[in-house]
Amino acid sequence: MPMAAAEIEAMIVAAIPDARVEITDLAGDGDHYAARVTSASFAGLSRVRQHQAVYQALGGRMGGVLHALQLTTAPA
Amino acid sequence: MTEETHARIDAVVKANPVVLFMKGSPLFPQCGFSSRAVAILDHLNVQYEGVDVLQDQGIRQGIKAYSDWPTIPQLYVNGEFVGGSDIMMEMYESGELKQLFEGAAPAA
Repeated sequence: MPMAAAEIEAMIVAAIPDARVEITDLAGDGDHYAARVTSASFAGLSRVRQHQAVYQALGGRMGGVLHALQLTTAPA
Repeated sequence: MTEETHARIDAVVKANPVVLFMKGSPLFPQCGFSSRAVAILDHLNVQYEGVDVLQDQGIRQGIKAYSDWPTIPQLYVNGEFVGGSDIMMEMYESGELKQLFEGAAPAA
């Protein structure tokens, strides 16, 4: 089952409360997304750590039900 | 992941300055994200070792635990995990990736 954009956003915000999340449905099929996540909590973290924080928020769905999520992160 | 798989991944990562774990081969990538990673490396004219995880289920699963990273492709430079294709693209656009390779790998 693909994930809805709102569900992705809700999971990220649940784990990173100050996150600003912009999601784009790339193919219009509910299965290929791009997400841009900004949060003050990313300050001082490497890109790998920032992405890992988002993947953790998605609780193991990334690489599973969520195959295609282009991710960009930045400190707020 | 078995110890044997961990040792195999470790050996490849440490034996080569630049390693890309990917789906498919550099000549025939089998996923859009892997294809993008290959295009970036080729564009920077970098010599790298491509490991096709589709040929080896142990490595396909093991590499995700090895780096605590849920997706493939994965780029390693000088034994360090650098990121997946999104991070590669960001670092390519900012010039950081080119800089990283200038210190790491002989030109192809």
